[in-house]
Amino acid sequence: MSAVVSPIRVPLIEGGKSYHQITEDICSPTEKTPSTAWIIAFIIAVAGLSFYVFCVAWTIWIGIGSWDLNRTVGWGWDITNFVWWVGIGHAGTLISAILLLFRQKWRTGVNRAAEAMTIFAVICAGQFPLIHMGRLWLGFFIFPYPNTRGPLWVNFNSPLLWDVFAISTYFTVSLLFWYTGLVPDFATVRDRAKGLRKKIYNVLSFGWTGSAKHWQRWESLSLVLAGLATPLVLSVHTIVSFDFATSVIPGWHTTIFPPYFVAGAIFSGFAMVQTLMVITRKVLNLQEYITIGHIESMNKVILLTGSIVGVAYLTELFIAWYSGYVYEQFAFYNRVMGPYWWSYLGMMTCNVLSPQLFWSKKIRQSLFWTFFMSIFVNIGMWFERFVIIATTLARDYLPSSWSYYNPTWVEIGLFVGTLGLFFTLFLIFSRVAPVVAIAEIKHILKSAGDQYTGPNAQKHADKAEKAH
Amino acid sequence: MKDQNKEVLYGLYDDEQDLLKAVKQANEDHLEIMDVFTPFPVHGLDPLLGLEESRLHIAGFIYGAIGTLTAFLFMTWVFTRDWPIIFGGKPYWSVPAFVPITFEVTVLFASVGMVVTFYTICGLAPGVVNPTLDDRITDDKFCIAFNTNDAGEDKVDKLKSFFSATGASEVNTKTI
Repeated sequence: MSAVVSPIRVPLIEGGKSYHQITEDICSPTEKTPSTAWIIAFIIAVAGLSFYVFCVAWTIWIGIGSWDLNRTVGWGWDITNFVWWVGIGHAGTLISAILLLFRQKWRTGVNRAAEAMTIFAVICAGQFPLIHMGRLWLGFFIFPYPNTRGPLWVNFNSPLLWDVFAISTYFTVSLLFWYTGLVPDFATVRDRAKGLRKKIYNVLSFGWTGSAKHWQRWESLSLVLAGLATPLVLSVHTIVSFDFATSVIPGWHTTIFPPYFVAGAIFSGFAMVQTLMVITRKVLNLQEYITIGHIESMNKVILLTGSIVGVAYLTELFIAWYSGYVYEQFAFYNRVMGPYWWSYLGMMTCNVLSPQLFWSKKIRQSLFWTFFMSIFVNIGMWFERFVIIATTLARDYLPSSWSYYNPTWVEIGLFVGTLGLFFTLFLIFSRVAPVVAIAEIKHILKSAGDQYTGPNAQKHADKAEKAH
Repeated sequence: MKDQNKEVLYGLYDDEQDLLKAVKQANEDHLEIMDVFTPFPVHGLDPLLGLEESRLHIAGFIYGAIGTLTAFLFMTWVFTRDWPIIFGGKPYWSVPAFVPITFEVTVLFASVGMVVTFYTICGLAPGVVNPTLDDRITDDKFCIAFNTNDAGEDKVDKLKSFFSATGASEVNTKTI
């Protein structure tokens, strides 16, 4: 990590921090009694979670008939939500793994929270395929275990099974990566604590001491896990896209799906990171660690991936027309002009047009716009999945079986409920763990912070002085 | 190693540059450092301490290779020997369709294996209580520790003068 950093770059850590001040700033939110704002947010989140539990119970008791899915539209809000959550769960690993390999030091300010968000989003995503089974108690059938039915194995050729492997591997690896990063920071919290709190954090920190050899192995482990997580994160949404792309439904059966899904996943993931970070940095007073520079960098990623997604939408339309294949042409005509035209319009507006505002530096650096846009992008990406799934299914090969699908309160409740689950987990996380990676921030303080001591440091300081 | 309490003399430094200079000095003075504790990974420390590069990544590669073989051979066995089924008119041994799962299992084995190995060789686990020399080592202090179990008076004096010469902000002893 000894890459040359330009001394002219904007520092990633502001405020002339000492190492102790960093510890103080980041650990103190875990040590104080929660603020009123946190308590109110937590009550709302838990209420959402409770409603989720109720809707799941309702679904299991009544059966998935309570969702108003029909013979034509077999996948509705459930799979839309699944893909949406999995997509959101991509930003964390992208930030922590790909940006680590690219030596992007700004990742240290946001990686911890983004990885936590990833894990919680994948937990939310994993709910939907399970509930969709209807007979939740037979969920273990998806794993290839020696059973008394032959043994009859699962179908290893099915993209739905690939999905099982992809999502569960992704969850496991993200969790291990995240927790290994947390161990030294839990030790920091432990060494500041007393009594029972110290005991709890000692268990969480695995007895970390900070020995030089341990740090060496820790860095080696982090680097290799990053190297493994990079192709993994790309594979996950690729495999999710295979759920659609390997079918023979016009509008789904396209080779563009994997890259298009991955770009969309990064797009929506960063939007969710922005939503959370804009609030978290303010509430926990972390503006000097998660600076406007960080926010702007993420907005650039949103602009890039949003544009990739836009190009993918247009490519789909062009290829549908150019293919001369009537079913494909109809599928896309139906998306734009059919009964679900409003969702296509929402998708196009939120995902393609609105991110283009980020070409303006002023808007990229504005917290208000960032927050507003992040919500917009998440709505747009939800619409994208709805367009792909429900719109395509509603008009299949046989006009006699065409139908229209509306969600019931149960399905809407499940979606709102997973938001409750997500925010409950995130709020708990923000109270018990340091939301910024303390050790990593200290590590870059003198190479990329405002106390830069590397090559040309003096020259740079003189220049800065002259400028004032 | 664990059966005997260790008498440790340690010095705390305020900055990683001071620490690196001190370790260099200790090498020149032929003082045998027991361990160095820092709040974050300090680069340039490993060669000074004579630490070899970690072989964790080699272990990771082996775990990954085991994962690849496990997944691929298992699916091969299921679809060609144990219960062959034709899916969509494809051959029983439809290798391209095995790629995604083989990849995922490779990553899973490599990651889980490496993480378990890491915690095992470092002796870290939930519930382990490792003695710490100073609570501020995980905050802002950089620590060099010497084992002074069999050290005589003059050896300890020599270490103390080393600490004061290299600018340690505090010097203490502790039995761990």
